[in-house]
Amino acid sequence: MKKIHYLLFTLAGVAMLFTSCNQQGNKSSNGALSSSAAEKVYVAPGEHDEYYAFVSGGFSGQLSVYGLPSGRLFKVIPVFSQDAEKAWGYNEETKPMLNTSHGFVPWDDSHHPDISQTNGELDGRYVFINGNNTPRIAKIDLSTFETTEIIEVPNSAGNHSSSFVTENTEYVVAGTRFSVPVPQRDMPIKEYKGNFKGALTFISVAPEDGGMDIKFQLLMPGFDYDLSHPGRGASHGWFFFTTYNTEESHTLMEVNASQNDKDFIAAVNWKKIEEYVNNGGGTMMPSNYAHNVYDEHTHTATSTMKKEVLTVDPTKVPGAVYFLPTPKSPHGCDVDPSGEYIVGNGKLSADLTVHSFTKMLAAIENEKFDGEAYGIPILNFEDVLAGTVSQPGLGPLHTEFDGQGNAYTTFFISSEVVKWKLGTWEVVDRQPCYYSVGHLMIPGGNSRKPFGKYVLAMNKITKDRYLPTGPEVTQSAQLYDISGEKMELLLDFPTVGEPHYAAGIAADIVKQRSKKIFSLTDNKHKYATTSDADVRVERNGKEVHIYMTMIRSHFNPDNIEGVKVGDKVYFHVTNLEQDYDVPHGVSVIGANTSELLIMPGQTETFVWEPKQVGVWPFYCTDFCSALHQEMQGYIRVSPANSNIDLSWSLGED
Amino acid sequence: MKSGRGSPSAFYKYTSIEQMKKKAKILMFAGALLPLLLFVFPLWKITLEAPQYPTPLGMYIYINDFADANPHDIKNINLMNHYVGMKYIPDAIPEFKIFPAGIIITTIIGLLIAFKANYKWYLYWFILMGVLSAAGLYDFYLWEHDYGYDLDPKAIMKFTNPDGSIMGFQPPLFGSKDILNFTAHSYPQLGAFGLALGMGISFVAYLIGKKNNKIQ
Repeated sequence: MKKIHYLLFTLAGVAMLFTSCNQQGNKSSNGALSSSAAEKVYVAPGEHDEYYAFVSGGFSGQLSVYGLPSGRLFKVIPVFSQDAEKAWGYNEETKPMLNTSHGFVPWDDSHHPDISQTNGELDGRYVFINGNNTPRIAKIDLSTFETTEIIEVPNSAGNHSSSFVTENTEYVVAGTRFSVPVPQRDMPIKEYKGNFKGALTFISVAPEDGGMDIKFQLLMPGFDYDLSHPGRGASHGWFFFTTYNTEESHTLMEVNASQNDKDFIAAVNWKKIEEYVNNGGGTMMPSNYAHNVYDEHTHTATSTMKKEVLTVDPTKVPGAVYFLPTPKSPHGCDVDPSGEYIVGNGKLSADLTVHSFTKMLAAIENEKFDGEAYGIPILNFEDVLAGTVSQPGLGPLHTEFDGQGNAYTTFFISSEVVKWKLGTWEVVDRQPCYYSVGHLMIPGGNSRKPFGKYVLAMNKITKDRYLPTGPEVTQSAQLYDISGEKMELLLDFPTVGEPHYAAGIAADIVKQRSKKIFSLTDNKHKYATTSDADVRVERNGKEVHIYMTMIRSHFNPDNIEGVKVGDKVYFHVTNLEQDYDVPHGVSVIGANTSELLIMPGQTETFVWEPKQVGVWPFYCTDFCSALHQEMQGYIRVSPANSNIDLSWSLGED
Repeated sequence: MKSGRGSPSAFYKYTSIEQMKKKAKILMFAGALLPLLLFVFPLWKITLEAPQYPTPLGMYIYINDFADANPHDIKNINLMNHYVGMKYIPDAIPEFKIFPAGIIITTIIGLLIAFKANYKWYLYWFILMGVLSAAGLYDFYLWEHDYGYDLDPKAIMKFTNPDGSIMGFQPPLFGSKDILNFTAHSYPQLGAFGLALGMGISFVAYLIGKKNNKIQ
């Protein structure tokens, strides 16, 4: 008995110790971040984060990879913009990836990453992301974290309601924000109304290799199609798009596109349209758009110009498209994990409008129409409305879900995230954002199975949140813990470019598929040199092709002679390493292009056009080994009229 | 001791001399076959650990091959070792022909003994295997020593011991050893255990045969 008494005393003592510590902690933190918030985002050295976050780079055109909860940046994957660090768009292999019907376009505005799904759950195979400016959809393969396919979207302009995938990645969908003449033609801008069209493009994704192909384009009335999301569960087979500028104005849009009290959410029954086109429906329209594919085995991209696209007039497919009236200029269009609720984030509305999929089907069944627009039935607002979140904040933009019956909406003007309950529409909590939040992301938050532990808010303005860096300050995201009833701000972290949207996934789903090296025996590059025996230099007129290898810590050959001023010299360099994390880089004085950064087993090519006579060094640009500094070579450039034969060597005195 | 199955009196209830003989014979038969596992499983494994190799580099030694523990390990060991002037691990060595032949021949001898000869031969086979294994190990040691000490005079990095002699990089024959930034481990694998077990069993067969002979 005595022992037990002692034990109780000790426990009580320990309890008091903890209590007093807590009180002290509260006093000193004074309502700011508590030390427990720091612990929640702390990932110890050598440990891994729990989630990957793929954050769009906005006007950087790229996609950056972060860990959550730490907010650490791992990689910036080049997608639509040239990247000298990785030779993306600079080396001969990847230049074709940035080809379009407008020629080589070295930049874009990347917006909405979305991870591939199987049965409505994230499967971690691919990330898709849209280029907004010169409409394109890119696919990033998550076994290599590299962009492996880019398809241009014809008849589109401001590719914004993109790139969201259906429940089994049947389609990645790309909607146009700006309506344009379809096909493009010379016509007065004033004749916009009734003449411009908004193309909603359904790009099929091959189940085995992820190959993309435009299945059909739905040519909708000339509104602005702002954002979209797929139905899931019961509503699988439908896709929902928010619209604004149903006024069809073409100038001073901030006023003229904000006149209607209600715009629409367009509900598209894509299964019905798929059936229609599979049975020969639709009109093949002459077109011109690029389809660029990077092959992992040839380490080379090819660009193919496609010459036609299948278009569908929505009025020709009865029951395929309906308009759901939604106040006012709705921005985000978000579907809850069950597929029942479709949230229209009416950015100029005081309330948040939620439609019911069940009620929508009933309204269609009972023909509860409130007129039509260009032959597309408009459903009666009250008959599709599930509920309204009343006066939750100012300027609602986007909503995500935690899978526990809660929704989280960002409010741009009042700069906050608001948590509310699906079904009762009551506001549960609100937390400020610093400042003016745009999108938010819960890993898996737009799937059947969200990982409802964190929400990432992506802000449009940071002002004084970080050390100032002149007029241009960092972009920023903020992480909140949403595992409790109240949200808790854990972390601010800077981002690359404007973080429009992000897609998050449990790291375990992705990381075991991540490749360590490229196998040399699988290297099918046209100019690969997979053994030292094949090293050579060949001349073909003014073209010189160097078949070069690199391995710790030398190039082979490292002495080259017989090159002349005016030659076009191709360095085809193969990294013979087969060890994890041993890339080598290479460049030569005066190269009018970027370095190459070559992964083990990979071949890349850069072009050098020597303009001056001399002996010019080249060297390894990525610190590779203890003898990295010695990894260098010389190339002799002789006058154009010299008759020195090509020769090459390694280790010869 | 209580009377039961374990007591000598009970033992004879269940076994006869013929059965004992048969038992020894079967054991010898099994003992002679077990070294054949060397054709399936590795004899030895050398592992190199270093901070930069969270997955250590490793090499399996079979009686007829060197094999990667993980893909490309031997290539990466060679790459590491060329900095200190060590030769590349060869694709083939004469032992890859001699060892398999030795195992096949001794297995055939062992089987002939099991079928035809008396228990004394079980001991002779055990001794033969012991001598040959010792010779094999000594050969392995010589190869390791040459590998660790016969360095390229143009080696990129040259290290000396505190006494001024040239530092060698011989991996341990058995056990673990620190070599510069690496910790090398060298331990027998399943094939070697098959060989040892086969020898052990042949010796047990000999003991049973001997005991049986005394009773007779």
